[in-house]
Amino acid sequence: MAKIIKTGEVKSTSEKLTNFFIHISFIIICAVCLCSFLLIVGSSLKTQQDIMNFGYSIIPQHFSLEAYKMILKNPEMLLNSYVVTIITTVIGSAAGVWIVASFAYVVSRKTYRYKTVLSFYVFFTMLFNGGLVPSYILIVKWLGLKDNILALILPMLVNAWYVLIMKGFFQSIPESLIESAKIDGASEMYTFVKIVIPISKPAIASIALFYVLGYWNDWWLSLIYIESDNLMKLQYMLIKILKNIEYLNSVEAMKMGMVKAGTEAPTLSARMAMCVLAAGPVLVIFPFFQKYFVKGITVGAVKG
Amino acid sequence: MKSSVSVTKKEKKGIRGEWSRFVKNFPLTFLALPGIIVLFIFNYIPLYGLILPFKNYRFNLGFWNSPWVGFTNFKFLFTGQTILNATRNTVVYNLIFIFLGTALSILLALMLFELKKRSVKVYQTIIFLPYFVSWVVAAFIFRALLDMDYGILNKFLVAIGKEPVMWYNDPKYWPIILILANFWKGLGYSSVIYYASLMGINKEYFEAAKIDGAGKFVQIWYISVPLIKPIIIITILLNVGRIFYGDFGLFYNVPLNSSLLLSTTDVIDTFVYRSLIDLGDIGMASAAGFYQSVVGFILVILSNYIVKKIDSEYVLF
Repeated sequence: MAKIIKTGEVKSTSEKLTNFFIHISFIIICAVCLCSFLLIVGSSLKTQQDIMNFGYSIIPQHFSLEAYKMILKNPEMLLNSYVVTIITTVIGSAAGVWIVASFAYVVSRKTYRYKTVLSFYVFFTMLFNGGLVPSYILIVKWLGLKDNILALILPMLVNAWYVLIMKGFFQSIPESLIESAKIDGASEMYTFVKIVIPISKPAIASIALFYVLGYWNDWWLSLIYIESDNLMKLQYMLIKILKNIEYLNSVEAMKMGMVKAGTEAPTLSARMAMCVLAAGPVLVIFPFFQKYFVKGITVGAVKG
Repeated sequence: MKSSVSVTKKEKKGIRGEWSRFVKNFPLTFLALPGIIVLFIFNYIPLYGLILPFKNYRFNLGFWNSPWVGFTNFKFLFTGQTILNATRNTVVYNLIFIFLGTALSILLALMLFELKKRSVKVYQTIIFLPYFVSWVVAAFIFRALLDMDYGILNKFLVAIGKEPVMWYNDPKYWPIILILANFWKGLGYSSVIYYASLMGINKEYFEAAKIDGAGKFVQIWYISVPLIKPIIIITILLNVGRIFYGDFGLFYNVPLNSSLLLSTTDVIDTFVYRSLIDLGDIGMASAAGFYQSVVGFILVILSNYIVKKIDSEYVLF
């Protein structure tokens, strides 16, 4: 066993072996992850006949775009879902980031009289919540927001965890920077918007991404508060497709372009194609921002 | 130029003093106002849910006029088997997720730590992918695997001459399926936390150990793991505090909300959902919610207290 300790050049055989096993393990794990997605993609590119004969698979027996063609001939439902999802995501994320950042900034200021009170005010919500039932009654009955787009935005707006992360970040800003702004006569709002925010871009980017991911993938709020087809978000539309075979025979399914008018069986590949169309973009775009997610998670975990 | 800045400030006492301090702090308070209001409406008002189960809530009467019924809802809740079954499922799944999950995440992080940056980037990106999709998409993937007519597993079983399995009808397979699903979705994400912590360890420790002739496992056991202990403990602590809460997305979507599988897939959250939305039983649903919030709260306090006893550095509060 050669143990030459230069700057990491020569490895011992046992180290090489460990390294080999590590790589093999990761290759297997990564294959599993990738194949799970390829399974959906592959199945969406099959003909209905092939699925019925051979089942779902990663590689189609006969490559076919028939599922996609069918959906894209009547894409209204899909487009509507995209619109709803994009609107709720943009508004929700923008509002959420502002609310969380402003609150966290105020609470991070050492000279702010009520910082302990407000810190506890937000921290307590992490420990204890009223549960689904009172929230449901509040939103449906007291606020009358059933089938209202606000029901898809407001409940997810403030997250105590994000406040903690941003607070930790703001606390690292030197007090002198803020002091000098105050001496120059800047108001608190001005200091926050024109001075603090520009230097907080990385932290804000992380939080914004968490919000975007949260709103984009949300189906929970739609599940309990939305019944109308006009306000279906993408993931919720997928839930409806996933569960109900009977649903797929119905008029609504034809509206979605998922059933050929006049045929009996719903197309299974269309189901998969819908999944690809609804979730694919996310999967392609988000990995590019992965480093912001990682930053956010690790900062949050450390400061937490 | 402000003329009120003086070295000897007279502290105004009483209400007037408090008010003037409030006014002085108001610009900041104003900035925080949106957060204060939203939190109040959506987090603090629902706390009336603690009183809700003690009433027999009728929609037409509203909250204030509904009659008090004492512990009736709770009696009803606990005489059924369902909530106890759901509780058992919630706690057991969470214990497995927390302890086995943490162990596996740490293992993954340690393995990544041995590799060069280039490989790490590739592997990390791929194992992180499942985190970006929703449980609905995950349910699709499992459907493609487990579908009783067209799923890959059954087609394979038939091809090798065995009987296909009615996966979505038989509860006994689901503990394994759900655990694997949770790991598939979450391990990439959690291993990142531990990996980042490992990267934060001072390299000199490792250099010194190598010079002293320490092998890989010794280094891991005596350097890597101990130095990331804080983050491990905090993460476990946070998760244990939430042991009464299940991941609704996982338990609702992946089993396709099938009632046949409830004995092993029902958690407290799905129970509350079903009671409220499917059955319209506000009394039962709110009693279960109360039970979950209160026990959950106690557990957080308790786990924090226990950790404080062990090493007060690692506590949440």
